Amino acid sequence: MLTAIGWFLIYFGAFFLFLGALGIMRFPDVYNRLQAGTKCTTLGALSTSIGVGFLHPAWLPKTFIIALFILLTNPISSHALGRASYRSGVKLWEKSVVDKCKEFKECVEEENE
Amino acid sequence: MSWIIAIAIIVLGVVLTLIRAMLGPTAADRMVAVDSMTTITTALLVLLALYFKRYIYLDIALVYAVLAFVATLAVARYMEGGL
Amino acid sequence: MSSLILVVSAILVIFMIVGAVVTIHARDLLVAIIASAIVDLVLAVLFYILQAPDVAITQASIMGGLTTAIFLVVIKKTERYEQ
Repeated sequence: MLTAIGWFLIYFGAFFLFLGALGIMRFPDVYNRLQAGTKCTTLGALSTSIGVGFLHPAWLPKTFIIALFILLTNPISSHALGRASYRSGVKLWEKSVVDKCKEFKECVEEENE
Repeated sequence: MSWIIAIAIIVLGVVLTLIRAMLGPTAADRMVAVDSMTTITTALLVLLALYFKRYIYLDIALVYAVLAFVATLAVARYMEGGL
Repeated sequence: MSSLILVVSAILVIFMIVGAVVTIHARDLLVAIIASAIVDLVLAVLFYILQAPDVAITQASIMGGLTTAIFLVVIKKTERYEQ
């Protein structure tokens, strides 16, 4: 039973990792790529690590630590990359609909400085 | 025998992100591709530890995740104008 | 060693060569730094596959994290684009 749950989690995670990589390859813009490459790979790496921990129950604490670290650090790095690419002047895709950062005053004032 | 398909799918993902990292138009594209390549590679290292059946190999995945995070954060601070 | 592991090693070596060529030919030095970081991270995975875990830890920590940060400080002090 535990082995079946482990293999299901590993294949689920591998499928989501492949979807994230396909999004990185196919999407037209930095921000679209950032969204695809962060959400899918976070879920995939989390699920794969916990699945390996289910296959070997003695390994479960260390795989849980790896999953916790990925869950903590991956949103921080993606947020830093998105803010840095917006402030360094990377253009949005021409079919993008909304730009929330331009509507707030703080973002525009920081750009003008 | 069933680890072959999982490792093949994840290596295909690494290849796709590396292609985008090689031909991305701007530096931000390449850095986004490298960031998600390190996350995918962490999962690949955990699966290879399952294949080699060594408990000590999980440490490398942990160190890899930590240090790739530091490199990504340094490049982001440089592009923002800080550092 | 299984044949799948050999195929994975061959794919990683090909991408290391492509990354080295990108590093040499880039005019933007930030792109060159990112490409050399790709080469170092892939080399850490290759050391892991060849069953040298301590070398892999050293490679990922020194070359992946520290050298990238030092190169970023250098191009922050001098200039980003090659003449």
